[in-house]
This record gives sequence, C-alpha cells and structure tokens, in this order.
Amino acid sequence: MSEIPSELKYTKSHEWVRDEDDGSVTIGITDHAQELLGDLVFVELPEVGTEMSAEDAACVVESVKAASDVYMPVSGEVIEVNDQLADAPETINDSPYDDGWLIKVKLSNPDELEDLMDADSYDAEIAED
Amino acid sequence: MPFIPHTEQEIDEMLEAIGIKDTDELFEEIPSHLKISGLDGIPQAMTEMEISRLMHKRAAQNREAVCFIGAGAYEHHIPAAVWQLTTRGEYYTAYTPYQAEASQGTLQLTYEFQSMITALTDMDVSNASLYDGASALAEAVLMAVRGNRKSKSRRILLPRTVHPDYRKTTDTIVSGQNIELVEVDYDRSSGTVQLDALKQAAGDDVTAVVIQQPSFFGTLEDVDAITDWAHENNALVISITNPLSIAVLKPPGQWGSNGADIACGDGQPLGAPLSSGGPYYGFLCCSQALVRQMPGRIVGRTTDVDGREGFVLTLQAREQHIRRSKATSNICTNQGLVVTASTIHMAILGPRGLENTAAACHANTRELVTQLTGIDGVRAAFNSPVFHESVLLLDRPAGEVLQALAEQNILGGYDLGMDYPELGNAMLVCATELRTEEEIMAYRTALQAVLAVETPHKEIA
Repeated sequence: MSEIPSELKYTKSHEWVRDEDDGSVTIGITDHAQELLGDLVFVELPEVGTEMSAEDAACVVESVKAASDVYMPVSGEVIEVNDQLADAPETINDSPYDDGWLIKVKLSNPDELEDLMDADSYDAEIAED
Repeated sequence: MPFIPHTEQEIDEMLEAIGIKDTDELFEEIPSHLKISGLDGIPQAMTEMEISRLMHKRAAQNREAVCFIGAGAYEHHIPAAVWQLTTRGEYYTAYTPYQAEASQGTLQLTYEFQSMITALTDMDVSNASLYDGASALAEAVLMAVRGNRKSKSRRILLPRTVHPDYRKTTDTIVSGQNIELVEVDYDRSSGTVQLDALKQAAGDDVTAVVIQQPSFFGTLEDVDAITDWAHENNALVISITNPLSIAVLKPPGQWGSNGADIACGDGQPLGAPLSSGGPYYGFLCCSQALVRQMPGRIVGRTTDVDGREGFVLTLQAREQHIRRSKATSNICTNQGLVVTASTIHMAILGPRGLENTAAACHANTRELVTQLTGIDGVRAAFNSPVFHESVLLLDRPAGEVLQALAEQNILGGYDLGMDYPELGNAMLVCATELRTEEEIMAYRTALQAVLAVETPHKEIA
C-alpha cells in the first residue's frame, strides 16, 4: 500500500500539492507514482520564474524504466525548485512527500485548489488502476 | 533471427483476426492526398543480366584520376585489414540488434569507438554515432537550444566559414523549430571569422556559437578566443572538426579556458572510402552537463551479478522507446557498419599513426600550395595558416580550369564560385598523405599549361 497523506491534495496524474497557506504551494509526485516509475535516475526542473498553466508539463522525471512528464496541478509562477534532486534524484523514491518535493509555485488562481482531489478520492482513483 | 516474409495465408489470417479486409485499411487514417500512387523517375525492374550489363557500362565510364579535392570528404589510405575485418560475418550489419545486450561484441565495439572519439576530442562523452557530419551539426544545435537554459533567444551564430552543406542541412532540420541561424561573415584577408563580427551578430543573447576547425577554407580559426568569448556571454560552443586534424591540432575539449560544449564532425577521414559521397558517419560528443540532451545512445561498460565485465546500452535519454511522444531523437542504429570500420581503422593506426597521417597531409598541402602559387596567375586567397586545404585564386573561372584539368585525369579542386561568389575565381585544393611529389608536380605542369592556353581576358573584337 502506498502512503497518501491526508493533508495533501492530489491529481489524477499522480502529483501532490501542499497548500502553504501563503498563496503558494509545494508540488511533488506521489508515493504511488514513484513506485510505478521505479528507481529515478534524472529529474529535469523548470527555471525559477517560469509562468505555467494548470496541466502544462513542468518537470521530467526519468527512471530506469521510462521518462515521464510531471504536470502543473495549478497555474502560477515557479518560485523555487528542489536543486538537491540534480545530484540525488533517488530522494524522490526515498521521501516523495518531504525531501523529494519538486517545485514551489505562487498561485495565480487559488480557486484551482478546489478542483484537486483529497486523499480519499485519490486512494479510490489509484485503486481503480 | 530469421527474416522470412509472411505468406499470403498468414496475412489473410491476421487480417481476419483484426477484422479488416486488406492491409491498406491499416493506413486509412492517412489522408488520400498525402499518399502517392507510384514513384516517378524510377525505372522498371530489370533482370540480373540487364542490371549487370548496365553497371559494367557505367563502371567503364570511371577513370583513374588523381584527387586534389577535399571540401568535406577526403581520400586517405585505408589499411586493407580495415574492411577485411569489417566485412566478416560477425560484424557485417549496420544494425544494433534488438536485445542489444545479447550482442556483446557489437556493444564492445561501440564502446571502443566512443572511447577513441572522446580520447581524440578530449570531451567527456560520445554517442554511438549519427548519420553524417552535417546532420550531427543539426543535432548539436538542437542539443544546445535544449541545454542552454541561460539563453532564451534560440539564436545560433553560424559563420560562413562552416561547410556550406552543413549550413544548408542544419537549416533544413532546425528551421521549423523556431531556431534562428545567424550567418556571420568571414574576414576577406584571413579567411577566418573574427571576434568583432561575432560580437556584432550576437545581439544581447546568443544560445550557441558554431566554429569549424579547420574552417571550410582549411584555415585555422582563433578557437580559444571565440570559445572564451562565447562562454563569457552565456553561449555554448559547438565545434565541428575533422577528426584526423585533431591528431595534430588542439582538440575541442581544450579550446579556451573550459573547452567546447559540444563537438561534432564527419568520421569519413577515419576509414571510410570516398565512394561517391557516402555512406559516412557523424560523431557527436559533449560535456557531462549536456549528456541528457544528447541524441542517440551511449554504450557503457559494467559488471554482471557474478562480477564479469559486460557492455550495456547505458543511456538513450532522448529516444522514442524512452520518451514516447516527447522523443527528440530517432537515430537508433544508423551507421554501425561504417563506425565498425572506423574503429578498426583508428585501432590499426593508433595515436601515432593518426598524427603521422595528419602531419603528412599538412606537409603535402603546403608543398602543393607552394608549387601552384609559383605559377603566374595563381595566388593564395588568405594569409592564415591551414591544415590540409587551401583556397587559391585564379585569373580565369575556376570551373573552366578544373574541367580542363579533369580531362587530363587531375581532379584539381573544388570550385567555390557557387557558395562564395565574392571570392572571384576561387578553388579549394587539398593534398592528403596519398599524394606524391610526382603527382603534385604533374598538377603544377598541367595547371600551368591550362592557364597558358588562353589569355585571361577575352578581347572584344
């Protein structure tokens, strides 16, 4: 069983979103996603300052099996990226919800958070897979 | 693995299983106006006897000529062992087998190739090769645009001292991708690109600068100064080099303070015969920082669970089976056979053999230029040092002169009139290690005679 923290929001494409309550969010990929991908070997992150819309491809995570895009769950500007991942992409496997975060985004439309799934819905979603 | 075509019966069974009438239905989604019904200009099939007769007739038109043409493809001595070994059954395929790891010999050979090319260029990594030098430049430009995240302009400085065909090919491949190729003119007296011209063309943001060393004119560019200037301005440096020349010239990995970022070129001078223009192969190397932007594949050496040495496909970060619809590379197997020959060629010559060959080319070309410029009406176009090619100016159209020489079985050089009309009657000459003193003197005598036949300027009666 993969871990699905109840305080986070989720997308169908397996991103998680933490509302930092200051108009920004932290984004990563779920425990379930990292299990599916297997050992991660490379992460490509966007430039700080990039403005993106929800569902834009924001990052690429590459494992020994495949390379996958990570999509923006919400719209906004990238204000910080997790530079530690360049040298240690396996951090995502070890700690998908904490040290393995990908980017921090300043929300341009906070209402979009309402459209995301809660932990129960995401749990049900991946049970269907 | 047998490659036996399906029988009619098998095809029918498959069609029935998936519920369609004929194989054309598989391609129904392609609009009919995009389909062609036949191939124009392709003659009807011939019997073996007919084709053999035709080919003998064509072959008889070939003449033994002495070649002083370079311009991107060079006639060199290829030890007999090279193609003797390459055409052995174990090697004789262009393909990387599916389940590549089952073919350890092929992978080891690719690994050796990569090791030799990185040793030559002094770069961190090499891929398993590309189609040719021109398409390698296009791939290098695409890599630079993906990899240089400090630059937003997608502007590439492409000096006119770069091979004209390479520039055309690159334009064809990248122009649809919102990449701007900025042509930079060369200095008329040195035949090299000047830093001032680059600065002027640069604007406030440049993604990469391309430098060919030696240039298409054979001249030596100031690669250190250009490399350092590019890096100071957050631009990447793409080098195009003749791999033989870097046996004696500074390798791209050592240009300026930090070296070129991407090194490419055509591998033809290392073991591939001229053979009317191909097949050749392209090489592509880069710094570790750009390795994930590299197209194609990289073979690595590793150990298996029992600690035995083995070779694997280590990285194919851009290919379609890894990136699916986001793939930026579909190089796959390409020129495996020519690369095999080239690897064997390099192994046979060794570093000293390559250096001796390069030095002999340089010495022969110097002798050729000295002899030819000794003739009235022939002078060197540029005052720069050269590797093994040089531009000569004639007092009559180069095309006519070269035609007259060809009638005496001397391929005297490459007419620059089409690509560089501003140079006037200019031709590019080359003497590799194969050219003898007698041949050079025969060229001098023939050229002198050709130029003496008519007066340089026709009088209007």
